[in-house]
Amino acid sequence: MAIKVLNPGLLTSVQDLGRPGYFHLGIPVSGAMDRYAMRAANLLVGNDEGAAGLEAVFVGPELAFEEDTVVAVTGADMPVKIDGEIQPSWTALPIKAGQVLSFDFLTAGARIYIAVAGGIDVPVALGSRSTYPIGALGGFKGRAIAKGDELPVGRPSGNAASGRSVPDALRRENPVPVELRILPGLYDHRVTKASLERFFEEEWKVAPEADRMGYRFRGGTPLEFNEREQPFGAGSDPSNIVDSCYPYGSVQVPGGTEPIILHRDAVSGGGYFMIGTVISADMDLIGQLQPNTPTRFSRVTMEEALEARRARAAMLDHLRMALK
Amino acid sequence: MSKVEIKAPMPGVFYRKPAPDSPPFKADGEDVALGDVVGLIEVMKSFHEITAAVSGKSVRFLLDDAEAIMAGQVIAELEG
Repeated sequence: MAIKVLNPGLLTSVQDLGRPGYFHLGIPVSGAMDRYAMRAANLLVGNDEGAAGLEAVFVGPELAFEEDTVVAVTGADMPVKIDGEIQPSWTALPIKAGQVLSFDFLTAGARIYIAVAGGIDVPVALGSRSTYPIGALGGFKGRAIAKGDELPVGRPSGNAASGRSVPDALRRENPVPVELRILPGLYDHRVTKASLERFFEEEWKVAPEADRMGYRFRGGTPLEFNEREQPFGAGSDPSNIVDSCYPYGSVQVPGGTEPIILHRDAVSGGGYFMIGTVISADMDLIGQLQPNTPTRFSRVTMEEALEARRARAAMLDHLRMALK
Repeated sequence: MSKVEIKAPMPGVFYRKPAPDSPPFKADGEDVALGDVVGLIEVMKSFHEITAAVSGKSVRFLLDDAEAIMAGQVIAELEG
């Protein structure tokens, strides 16, 4: 069984839940930017949550199926069509041999996740099927999918039940303006107290450059730095530090002007100070932000971050129960 | 006469011209044929040509060069 790519969309890649364990060697975690949506799509078609599916950003692909199977589309709001007929999203959909899955224009959010019963069966690279295009690693030949590709599909579990749907309460919405919760540190001492406060008060907007490596924002006031003596090994700009590790979710502000949140395909280290880190509970949400989306950064404590993580884990448990 | 719309397939920054010192792809009032390029959208560090999925006469653009655009937003209206 294979899926033929009639049109890849703008940028569509094979992703699973990622490739943890190699970030210290410079190989990013990769995987779906909205992992909740990826898990939901897989559960709907009877796959393991970590099976590989497709992530499409802004524009959906057009895919022809060779055999009867079950598919599900989650994530952004983008009308789903089978042979031109509109279908529900967040729902297990039967698709017959020869039918074509396609999409209308995006209406909210940014990325859709397409799961097929059996998962996309590309070779596992360093423990994951996720595509890291810059490293030509994983996925379909290490790159985004292209017209004419034939994507191999694994053996279905037999647990797919057409018509099964994620309850509305468990579909994450895409509210605007967006609030992203940030735990300040480790280098927030580099900016003045007034500047740090302003960073959390002002409205920012997603910049058009935002991608899987990092989400860039602009529109706020440039940061003001505390005076210092340039440390040995650090660059001369006040936003430079002696090279350090960059966590997933960390927020660097090169030159103090445009914050960048590092995401799934980010570099693992460098010489820019980080004002804080977006909490894990909010990382999926970033994957659903379109350019120009108004965004506020709100400051949280470690306790609040851990509480949000528990709430997120509870929501995922509810999802698993609902789709059992 | 009915109006038809050209919508943005993706979000980003909309450009009416192929380069800053070039004339626009389509001037206001021009006719547009199916598949004509009407502008560019810059997103994720690349530029994508926007082609008309409809045809019509006397195009009227609803946004300026280098303006921010959301997916599904109407770029221009035509007389169908």
